[in-house]
Amino acid sequence: MDEMRVLAPTAILGYGFPEASFAAGLARRPHVIAADAGSSDPGPYYLGAGTSFTDRTAVRRDLERMITAGQELGIPVVIGSAGGAGAAPHLDWLRGIVDDIAAEQGLRLRAAVIPADIDRDTVLEALRDGRISAVPHGPQLTADDVQASTHLVAQMGTEPLVAALRAGADVVLAGRAYDPAVFAAMPLLHGFDEGLALHMSKILECAAIAAVPGSGSDCMLGTLRRDHFVLEPLNPDRRCTPTSVSAHTLYEKSDPYRLPGPGGYLDLSDCVFTPEDDRSVRVTGSRHLAQPFAVKLEGARLRGYRTVSVAGARDPFFIREIDTIVQGVRDRVADNFPDIPADSYHLLVRVYGADGCMGTLEPSPRPTGHEVGIVIEAVADTQDLADTLCGFARSTMLHFGYPGRISTAGNLAFPYSPSDFHAGEVYEWSVYHLMATDDPLAPFPISYIDYPGDPS
Amino acid sequence: MTADTAPLTELADVIRSKNCGPYELTIDIIFTGQDQYDLVKRQRAINRDLVAELYRMPVDDVSEPIFYDPAKAVKINLRRPLVSGNVGERDVYGAQQHGPLLAMRLPTP
Repeated sequence: MDEMRVLAPTAILGYGFPEASFAAGLARRPHVIAADAGSSDPGPYYLGAGTSFTDRTAVRRDLERMITAGQELGIPVVIGSAGGAGAAPHLDWLRGIVDDIAAEQGLRLRAAVIPADIDRDTVLEALRDGRISAVPHGPQLTADDVQASTHLVAQMGTEPLVAALRAGADVVLAGRAYDPAVFAAMPLLHGFDEGLALHMSKILECAAIAAVPGSGSDCMLGTLRRDHFVLEPLNPDRRCTPTSVSAHTLYEKSDPYRLPGPGGYLDLSDCVFTPEDDRSVRVTGSRHLAQPFAVKLEGARLRGYRTVSVAGARDPFFIREIDTIVQGVRDRVADNFPDIPADSYHLLVRVYGADGCMGTLEPSPRPTGHEVGIVIEAVADTQDLADTLCGFARSTMLHFGYPGRISTAGNLAFPYSPSDFHAGEVYEWSVYHLMATDDPLAPFPISYIDYPGDPS
Repeated sequence: MTADTAPLTELADVIRSKNCGPYELTIDIIFTGQDQYDLVKRQRAINRDLVAELYRMPVDDVSEPIFYDPAKAVKINLRRPLVSGNVGERDVYGAQQHGPLLAMRLPTP
């Protein structure tokens, strides 16, 4: 085989793709269709709570088209980081969607399911053995961090995915995976160069984001040959240029020349990006350098419960006094509830139009516009306590007296009734570390499901 | 070389920030012109001290800039003021933390 074509329909399973782009991709007879469903970018909540970051209906829409097309072409479909965070509940959720699709479409296929959960004892043992390391600016791991984590996953490399494809899986559903792995698995099974395969996959992972105009919900085709690869967006309104593709190499990475992965790193210092034609780009020179195998661990712990209230303010005297008012509200809350220890909750007031987006990093924190947006937030050990604090802060701010006040009927414009909302459980990252391990396969046991299942 | 300067916003196609894991922000500046990029790279006109000053951060929290020739780009990594998603977070994805860079002026060729 001299050439392998990899179809990346969408940047995140559930972000969608135009039918026409997908059809154009299928017309190129791809060898595999893949999507990465995950990211740690949306924050620790989804891993901690075990809920999907993407919507079920949207995921089903994408996956149904991908699996149906894969069956028609006789090619595998590979999905990584199920449900976004890729822990057991996310993988079960994704498997449930495949169950429904297979049943409704009457599909006969074999699915591989590869969980990425790591049990606490395995991590604690690695911690004792000195096999856990911190990432830049990250803290050292403690046993308490591990014990407090509701879910712990490791990012699998390509090896379990390659094994599942070798075993003949038509659909591969993987838990948390190194983002490029789902795209690189098929090329690696067929002996393509690891550096080129992984670099191409790094770009395909974001689908058409590397095109101009970029999009996370449109299709990209990667064509891998023995000494180069070519990227081409499948929507004629987009094109890849050497600048768009090379610029994408920077995206969300700390070093564009050296991209670390589970079994080594990509050295891109000798990469050359050249136009293949008006709409596609050829890349050469990507190299993979092997290093001792290590997986990235991710875990999140429950921090408390959040209640928020959203309001606006249009009065110029209120806006002028906003800092004093916020401090006054905080003081009133503390004064009114002397039995609630100040260190048992967080009460935050964000002022949009001032420093809402950047906080301490904001170079011009004073509001200068004619209105401001205000979000009052309480985080406490129980939802009831968060409700109490947020509600009291909101009512206090509504009627707070301040020097120069003329709008004495109320300080805030609430867009909603009720004005306060439960944001529910609040999680924080507890584990985001590297764990050295000898075997890239053992932590990720593969099981197979044959559809249709036995009638029961 | 002349002493002329111009605002960064007139010299770059892309000025962006984004998380790079939960502990770091990464900033990319992609220049429009090759000559401008070459000048910035040659003079190290974008450097740790300048970025630390713009963000009012300790220099130790700002990485050495990486100049990436294929994209005419400079990359700088910052320590996040808060671990992504921790209580008090304002920008979970880190996608709107580029503002202080917009005040930068750079020497022009």
